[in-house]
Amino acid sequence: MRDDLPADLAPRLAEELGLKLSEYEHVVEILGRTPTVTELYMYSLMWSEHCSYKHSRKSLRMFPTEGPAVLQGPGENAGVIGVGDGWAVAFKMESHNHPSAIEPYQGAATGVGGIIRDIFTMGARPIASLNSLRFGTLDKPRQRYLFEGAVAGIGGYGNCLGVPTVGGEVYFEEAYEGNCLINAMAIGLMREEDLMLAVAAGPGNLIVLIGSTTGRDGIGGASVLASQEFDEKAEDKRPSVQVGDPFTEKLLIEACLELLQRDLLVALGDLGAAGLTSSASEMASRGGVGLEIDVTLVPQREDAMKPFEIMVSESQERMLAVVTPEKLGEVQDICEHWGLPATVIGQVTDTGRFVIREGDEVVGDMPAATLAHDAPIYDPPAERPAYLDELQRFDPLSELDHPGGVEMLTATLFDLLASPNICSRRWIWEQYDHQVMLNTVVLPGSDAAVLRIGMPGRGEVTERAIAASSDCNGRYCYLDPYTGAQIAVAEAARNVACAGGRPAAITDCLNFGSPEKPEVFWTFTESIRGMADACRAWEVPVISGNVSFYNESFGQPIYPTPTVGLVGVLEDVAHHTTLGFKQAGDVVVLLGETGAELGGSEYLKVVHETVAGLPPRVDLDAEAALREVLLAAIGEGIVRSAHDCSEGGIAVALAESCIAGAVGADIHLGDELPPVAELFSETQGRVVVTVAEDAVERLFELAFEAAVPFAVIGTVGGEVLRIEGLVEAGVVEMSDVFEGALAGLVHPEETIATEELREG
Amino acid sequence: MARYEVYVTYKQGIFDPPGATAERALANLGYEGIQSVKIGKYIQIEADAGLETVREMCERLLANPVIEDYRIVTEGEA
Amino acid sequence: MRLGVVLFPGSNCEQDVVHAAHELGIGAEYVWHGDTDLAGFDALVLPGGFSYGDYIRCGAVARFSPVMSEVVRFAERGGPVMGICNGFQILTEAHLLPGALLRNTGLKFICHPQPLRAERSVCHWVNLPEGTVVDIPVNHNEGNYYCDAETLERLNANGQVVLRYCEPDGSRAPGGSAPNGALDDIAGICNERGNVFGLMPHPERAVDPLVGTTDGRPFFTTVMARLAEVAG
Repeated sequence: MRDDLPADLAPRLAEELGLKLSEYEHVVEILGRTPTVTELYMYSLMWSEHCSYKHSRKSLRMFPTEGPAVLQGPGENAGVIGVGDGWAVAFKMESHNHPSAIEPYQGAATGVGGIIRDIFTMGARPIASLNSLRFGTLDKPRQRYLFEGAVAGIGGYGNCLGVPTVGGEVYFEEAYEGNCLINAMAIGLMREEDLMLAVAAGPGNLIVLIGSTTGRDGIGGASVLASQEFDEKAEDKRPSVQVGDPFTEKLLIEACLELLQRDLLVALGDLGAAGLTSSASEMASRGGVGLEIDVTLVPQREDAMKPFEIMVSESQERMLAVVTPEKLGEVQDICEHWGLPATVIGQVTDTGRFVIREGDEVVGDMPAATLAHDAPIYDPPAERPAYLDELQRFDPLSELDHPGGVEMLTATLFDLLASPNICSRRWIWEQYDHQVMLNTVVLPGSDAAVLRIGMPGRGEVTERAIAASSDCNGRYCYLDPYTGAQIAVAEAARNVACAGGRPAAITDCLNFGSPEKPEVFWTFTESIRGMADACRAWEVPVISGNVSFYNESFGQPIYPTPTVGLVGVLEDVAHHTTLGFKQAGDVVVLLGETGAELGGSEYLKVVHETVAGLPPRVDLDAEAALREVLLAAIGEGIVRSAHDCSEGGIAVALAESCIAGAVGADIHLGDELPPVAELFSETQGRVVVTVAEDAVERLFELAFEAAVPFAVIGTVGGEVLRIEGLVEAGVVEMSDVFEGALAGLVHPEETIATEELREG
Repeated sequence: MARYEVYVTYKQGIFDPPGATAERALANLGYEGIQSVKIGKYIQIEADAGLETVREMCERLLANPVIEDYRIVTEGEA
Repeated sequence: MRLGVVLFPGSNCEQDVVHAAHELGIGAEYVWHGDTDLAGFDALVLPGGFSYGDYIRCGAVARFSPVMSEVVRFAERGGPVMGICNGFQILTEAHLLPGALLRNTGLKFICHPQPLRAERSVCHWVNLPEGTVVDIPVNHNEGNYYCDAETLERLNANGQVVLRYCEPDGSRAPGGSAPNGALDDIAGICNERGNVFGLMPHPERAVDPLVGTTDGRPFFTTVMARLAEVAG
């Protein structure tokens, strides 16, 4: 064993690598000696927040993770649910925040690449991706640079792979100015029997590295970046950001799926954060076996790489497979067919130890399971933030002057339609291939994307479909994390139900500041509690997810942002529903009831530049009942359009349905509430649906039986959205404002050179 | 082993959108007197090959003669 | 009739083309880029995607794939070949079609429905009446067609311009209707003989009514009917 680290230097290196003294001492205790450089690097990365979830693991236990449809819950590369007829979908969401804040194009691109690998590692063909983005406001050149770069990176990578980018969300808030969020979600499709796990087994079996060569890029990249706070020194970390190669990833998808189809692999895992170290040690610990790797066998793209560099490199587009010796030839043939190197770098052993060699010399020898499982679990203190009392006490209706009269209220509606958080996202999704694979039944721009289940190119087409949506309003979570997190789940579920899908399961990406700050940690646990209560009540399990801490800049945390990615199932794709009004004469019905809830609303932000008050409350039973009525009505084929009320309230929801359908509507709302509340309240549990006149009674019956509030509020027709006594807005004018706003914000008069933007 | 540097640029008269965008952006930043900005590709080749062969590489693969010109600089000549 | 769909490393629309063909009752099979046997295929499609990652230039590497010399021979014998998007780029790189596809003038990838106008052409793949407007999605980053003035004149004179980008009513905007800056609004061209056809829009995305319009159907059925007729 090479003893290359003097005992007195070891603790200092450990500290530099981010290990706490107690953690270092634990490593020494495990090994019974001073660790080598290689070992120290490996432990420090595996025990980093990013890889070990040491601050979050305990809280995450609150989530319900089981259900009849769940085939694989959290703990693997992605969660998997059955969606009927033997088909299964794998999905997961993951953050790539810090790399993207340094280099938005590559950061976002490699974020997509990483989450896609998590999907096909499970044996599923990636069929869709979504993304959830947060930036500062677009009046700042650097924010435009980050936003444009991230969108281009997502498109550049996903388009090349031929995986459609079908949905997502984006918000622009000051709170994300120093720390943007790039959360990428991917969905894959497979037959249930093809489910593959990353569990190494069979001593004597070979460990094969497939794909790109290994370089020094991204050493400690994702894991280090994601495990510490962000500051002005972040720019220096630019060299550690990886560059994506979507072409190689495309070949990896094809090669790996073919290897799995032919049953040639014992196990398959992808190399993400902490590279070979993480992939190999997790495989070994899941299988309760040992591994031996010789780093000199790893194909390298740079000279004189040290063993630790090879073990922790985060070079992209690499996969690790376990193969029996007799199948190696066939495996290598298939990889060669796809132009990919497949190199034996070691073997599975029965020792339970993870041994790293450099040729004949042993440079690391650790109990394999300790890397993945022995990281300390912390239970940090949590404390309710003091600022909440004052924020929540704020009463928007009594403390502010509000616009009144048709003219002012109409102008306010236009302001909201032009708001960067509400306006059309067409400028974004037209840069993404959202149609390839010919399964995208509902395109981006509706409440949820709908994808047919099937592999059309192989002649396998089904009647089934899935609907997917990602949601989170960070402002609500800032004002009340418990309720805000519930709203994230509620809105995703409502969106999916509006498209005709029955919510099946969620993935999450929990973006927060430093867990070592009690006030931040309180918002974290409250958010989880909120999501968990909603998921449990609605029997929608959490099957995968990711935690991203240390999203702060200059000591200021972002809004708590627990993003939810929800997938639902449509038994019959023919019943997919979209938001646009369809036909003049159709009757507009509001399911649910509007309350005076303007706290945290887009109206307050846009008109009063205020973020305060209590967010809308969530009634778990009412939400569930609403979805059941909606799904029953859609299932009976009577619903012509459905659109949920969210940011901007019912006024914006009606306007969006008019714009999407290129038709107006005559609407009458109640007069119990002040006009701004009637129009712009963001009360949950509301959906605007249209039905033909002869179907109104049936819809009423369904709603009545389930005790869901039902109100006929108008009819579709004309070229104007008229809300009696409140709004008078031409559909063409609304459309121009709504569709043009984002491009106008991204490309204001002055073009500014990239270099200047980089300087910030 | 010889070392070549190949510069590939759009032919005269072919619209170069990245170049035009950079040109506008530089003007917006206040730089005066800019005649034109062209953005092209830079390729570095180390090979046991003569100049003629490298020229052939450019004709066949590295440049598209329909739209692009190329210029080869041999190490030490630049 | 059998359609061969050539699969290069990095192609990603090959399954979509096969699905479209099957929807229309046309037999279709994949041809690997390393294969050199095209026996039994009546027509070929080079599908969209990012062959070889579009590195160097779109289509520049794919044109040297072993299968391409056979594709050239197939075309020279009069066999119908359609290149869609990246396939169009490969056909120009292989000099089966004149001109080149440059980066979109907006410097952005574009994916959206696109009205196209059929021109009077000699193309074997399309025989829509002149001025017919079809709605077919575009999906590319380098779709800005370019050729020199002399070539353009020849294309127009010989009826080689098959499709032009246009407004929804079929007219062409004074400043051009191409979403990518293409010369003379050109969206698709064919060779002089009419058997080799390249276009940026994706007709395979406009076949299955569940996921789009059905305006792309004639782009597959016309050539098949023609082949059947010739075969008697």
